[in-house]
Parts: sequence; structure tokens; C-alpha cells
Amino acid sequence: MRRIISVLLENEPGALSRVVGLFSQRNYNIETLTVAPTEDETLSRLTVTTTGSDKVIEQITKQLNKLIEVVKLVDLTEGSHIERELMLVKLKATGSQRAEIKRTVDIFRGQIVDVTSSVYTVQLAGNSEKLDGFIQAVGTSGVLEVVRSGVSGIARGEKVLSL
Amino acid sequence: MELLSGADMLIRSLQDEGIEYIYGYPGGAALHIYDALFRQDKVKHILVRHEQAAVHMADGYARATGLPGTVLVTSGPGATNTITGIATAFMDSIPMVVLCGQVASNLIGEDAFQETDMIGVSRPVVKHNLSVRHPEDIPEIIRKAYYIAATGRPGPVVVDIPKDMTTPNERYEYVFPKKVKLRSYNPAIRGHAGQIKKAVDMLMAAKRPIIYAGGGVILGKATDQLTELVKMLGYPITNTLMGIGCYPASDKQHLGWLGMHGTYESNMAMHHSDLILCVGARFDDRVTNATEKFCPGARIVHIDIDPASISKTIDADVPIVGPVDAVLKEMITLVRESKEKPDADAIAAWWKQIEEWRAFHGMRYETSPDVIKPQEVVEALWKLTNGEAFVTSDVGQHQMFAAQYYKFDKPNRWINSGGLGTMGFGLPAAMGVKLTHPDDEVLCITGEGSIQMNIQELSTCKQYNLPVKIINLNNQALGMVKQWQDMNYESRHAESYMGSLPDFIKLAEAYGHKGVRIDKKEDLEPKLKEVLAMKDDLVFVDIYVDRFEHVYPMQVARGSMKDMWLSKTERV
Repeated sequence: MRRIISVLLENEPGALSRVVGLFSQRNYNIETLTVAPTEDETLSRLTVTTTGSDKVIEQITKQLNKLIEVVKLVDLTEGSHIERELMLVKLKATGSQRAEIKRTVDIFRGQIVDVTSSVYTVQLAGNSEKLDGFIQAVGTSGVLEVVRSGVSGIARGEKVLSL
Repeated sequence: MELLSGADMLIRSLQDEGIEYIYGYPGGAALHIYDALFRQDKVKHILVRHEQAAVHMADGYARATGLPGTVLVTSGPGATNTITGIATAFMDSIPMVVLCGQVASNLIGEDAFQETDMIGVSRPVVKHNLSVRHPEDIPEIIRKAYYIAATGRPGPVVVDIPKDMTTPNERYEYVFPKKVKLRSYNPAIRGHAGQIKKAVDMLMAAKRPIIYAGGGVILGKATDQLTELVKMLGYPITNTLMGIGCYPASDKQHLGWLGMHGTYESNMAMHHSDLILCVGARFDDRVTNATEKFCPGARIVHIDIDPASISKTIDADVPIVGPVDAVLKEMITLVRESKEKPDADAIAAWWKQIEEWRAFHGMRYETSPDVIKPQEVVEALWKLTNGEAFVTSDVGQHQMFAAQYYKFDKPNRWINSGGLGTMGFGLPAAMGVKLTHPDDEVLCITGEGSIQMNIQELSTCKQYNLPVKIINLNNQALGMVKQWQDMNYESRHAESYMGSLPDFIKLAEAYGHKGVRIDKKEDLEPKLKEVLAMKDDLVFVDIYVDRFEHVYPMQVARGSMKDMWLSKTERV
């Protein structure tokens, strides 16, 4: 089952490599990984999406918690949550394609953020399926380049992940 | 206000931490530190002949005393040579701090001479590692390193020290922190009361209970509490290879150790139990055999300081995260106050069954009129040392024989690399023990394969006068490899035979020690007695033992705990 694990990490050199190392050492999957400092400059927030049986996920959270630099973590998929991923995609856009792409971008509530005579650069945010859906809708033949941020997530409601 | 250089701060911090011995080897990046070491006399340095041995020495010291060991090496090869030792300590949760020199900060990343990313290289085999970025941080980093190494589930901590952090003429204010606090590291200090109560209720209701104790009991200094609880309950107890000594082996409630080469009765009792109280052990594959066939009728209570050890391989019905001594203490109180008492009839019937198993096999081996059996050597040593010696071992058949036939009644005396299985561990570990236990008998039971992996330390033994006794069970082959080849590869002995063994007696003499060869059965006891009387000498005892002996019992691969070979021909 797919899980989103959100981690508050000491913002120190080497901390990220410990997390990544743990996943490869113990043969766990990383599907996406994002990390950036938080409003508290001593902390980074890291989000990792992974898959595995309940037993594996339990081990992942326990092993992560054992890392000295991991301050706190939460498995967002245990409760209701919001997840978002940002995608920038360059599409071949000439002739009649231009209008068609523009319509598709509007349907997916994306934005065209850069334009040349033959290329549109589209920005799209949403959950991962939505981003996949967009690529499917415009067709892979027109896609020149894709960059995705990986998933970020946050719990719904009053729950917060903080110190 | 006291101003010290980084190197002086480092050594001063070790003094303030109460460190008596460090084991190491100098080199370019560590020279400022070695100079600081030279200018004081509180911290004593032991110069080994290979950095791996320094780590095993620190490890042996830590296992025998329960205190963290300390290692000092230079960058690059000095640091990488420690890795096997660090991994050994990591697998067995041994507290240790390894101080590594590093090239100067401005050279890091430039492939400088003797540069290795030690933080990266050591990462998978340390509890934590720390890098010095500002000299004034050194006291706090050292304090932190020992705190992390010795608390919670112990383990090795590496500190990487770039050379410019220890420059002699740059001085900083020295303040040794009284306490360290890490917001992200808070090991449990007690177990969950509700879970402990539940565990005690289950213990009282059990009809076929068994206590399965591990190295965590020794590391957690909880042997007294464990013994008290087990005596109080009157239940059978088994322990892991790492747990040897956590409960007196000579006591009748003790079934011996369990697992791949454990006793018949402990493996049988585990398999047929209805309740397993696991204390500071981790259901490792050398214990459980095939996990899907593991103890089908047993409910499991698991006490461990490390939550990640619980339900990792075998699911626990009642997990208790906490220090074993504190948890056991609470259990003792609850058992004492409990209105429920163990079901006397059921427990008596359970003991009757166990005694039948014990009578059926027990520990036995076939003797021969003229060949020395390795088991006999260990039994003789046990007798001659009154079971009081510190015994270190290397890895292989001799390790299993030593663990099976030397009965330990006390903790911290059986010292072996259980988790990583490191050949070459025994001699340096014995040296670490002997240094701090000069009046105790320290035996290194080894084989002609393992001993050659750190034989150069005979030289260190000479320099520091460490009269350990090396008991070389010489079967002229890598015995355990050969045993597996006999059992699984139709006796095709691929590379398990050593065709050109040195004359160990001459070798020992070349290093300035004594050597004794025993190759006749009738000489065994008298000569061992003579050797043990040579209190001030390191004696290399080269004993020619049966070349064809196998270690039994041995669990059948992919079977349950109760599936064992009891000899070359008997399988149950």
C-alpha cells in the first residue's frame, strides 16, 4: 500500500543522506522524496512516498525514528490529508495544437507559464494521479520535458506536525 | 577562562568523560591529537598493529566492563580499517566512540592524500556519526558521542575530525558540558505499565511458558532482575548466544542456549511453548529458523529498549518498549503482589516434558580413544578455570564449541562476535579484557583460520604485557565452512582447507611469547594445567583436534525450531 510519511528533520548537513541511506540499506522503496527547510530554520521537512506491507511500513517508521536527526514523523495516510505535487512540463505547441493544449490546461486548472512560437511550458499542481492524467490527456508524443517535485502533504483539520 | 587548542580540548574532554584507555594508531591527520595525548598522562593509549584490532580491543573492553570503548585513528586507510570492527560492535550493540582524523576542511572533496568520506563510509554501521566543523564544538561533540553510544540501545559512534580543527596554536575557551540534551533522541526510561501488567497476567496463566533472554539483558545490566524473576516464577529459561551469562548456566532452570546450534531441550521447549517472554533479544534468523514455522502455539511478550526490534521478524502479542532492568523490576513487583499464581500442575507437567527432552539428548558428543575432540578441550578449560575465566572467541566451529561446553554463570565473560560473525575478533578482544582485568584468566578460544586474521597483535601483547592464553583448536581446515560443505555440497571442500599452516609455536616465540603444542589426548589436561600456571606469559596453545568433527545440534535449514540434526546421522 502507498504511504506518505512526513518527517521533521534536524536541518544539518548529512541528515538527508541518513534518511536516503536507510531506505537503500534496508531495501525499502522510495517513490518520491521532497525536502526543504521550514519556517524554523533548524528544521527541514521531508516527505517520502513509499509502498510496502503494513509490517514494512511499521519498520520504516520505527527505523526512521531511530535516526538521531529525525525529530518527529507522521504517516499522513493514516488519516485524512491533502497531498500536492507540482509539475512543469514542456509541450510541443504548433498550429492547431496550441488551442487544444490551452483547453486541456484549463480543464486541469493548470497555467501556461512560458511561451515560444513552438513550445508551451505548463505548470500544474495536484495529486499525482491528476498529473498523470494530464500527461495522458495531452499525449506523450507532444511532451518534450517533464519535471515533477514529488509529493508534499499535510494533515487535514487541526492536526499539526510540529515540535 | 581556559584556552585550549582543538587537540587539547579533545583529550581534555576524554579525561573529563572519564576515559582511561584509548586504542589506536597514529597517522598524518591525527598527529595534532597524538601530540596532545603525549603531553598528558591521564588517558593511556594502546598502540595496536592494525586499526581493526584497536576497535575489537575497545569492543572487548566494553563487553567486559559495560563501559564504552574508545578508538583513535587517522584518516583514509586508518579510518576504513576500523569499519569491520565498527560493524561488529554495531551488530552486537556495543557502546563505543571511534575518533577519526580527517584531512583539513579546505581539502575535503578534493581527493586529498589519505582522504576518505568516513561519515559516508561508516553511516550504515554506526548508531550515529558526527563531524567537527568548529574547534570550539569539540567538548560538546565528545560529550554527545558518548551519551549516544552508551544510552538506549548502545552502539558505535564515529567522530570525524578534520586536521585544521586541532591546530595547536589556535585556542578556544574550554567548557565541558555537564549534560547533553538532544530534542530528537530520548530513549525510553520505563515500560508501559498497562503492557507490563498484561504480560504478567499472561505469565501467570501460561501452561508451557519459557523465558528467552538475549544480549540486551547483559547490556542493560539486568541479570540480577532476570534471575530473580525467573527463580520466582520457576519457569524454564533459555538464552541466545549473545545472552550467555545473563542467567547462571549451572542452574537447573537453565536449558542452555537456543537456535541453530542451541541445545535440543531449549529448541524443543521453545517450539512447544504457549508463552514466550523475550527479554532483550531480537528473534534473529540464527534463533528462529524459518519464521513462518516459528513456535506455532506461542503467544509472545517482547521487552526491548529498541522499538524497531519488536515485531521486526516475529510479531509480538505484547510489545514492551523500555530498559530491561526497569521493566523486569516492575514485573517482579507485580508477580509478587499477584493474586493469581502459576498453574502448579501445568508447570509440573511442562517440566516433566522438558526433563524428558533433556534426558533424551542433553549435550553430548562421541569421544575417541586417541583423537582430541574440540569439545573436550573446552570442557577441560572450564574445569581447570572453575568456570571463572573471561573467554573470547573468533568465529566458526570453535566458537560454537566454546559457547556450548564452557558453562558461564556470570555475565560479561563470554565475548564473541555474534551478529556480524567477525573472524579475527578474538585475540584483540581478549587483549582489551586482559588490560583491565590483569588478575583474571583471559582465554581466546580460536581456530587456525581466525587467529591468522589478526595475528599481528601478538606484537601489541608483547609491548603491553598482556598474558592472554590463546587456545587454538587446530583442525587444519575452516571447520564450519567444511561442515556446511559436508552437509550441503557433498563434501566438496572448496577452499576450506589450509594447506600451509605456519608453525604457531615458532611464530609465538618470534613475537617473544611461549608456545605449547598438544597433539596427544593424554597430554591435554596436564599440559593445559601447565599453561594456565604460566600466569605471566602469553601462551599460544596449538591443539590438534579431530579434523572431522561437526557442531551439533544443528537446526535443519528452513525448518522449525524443533527440526535438528543431533549428529551426522540422527535427525529429529
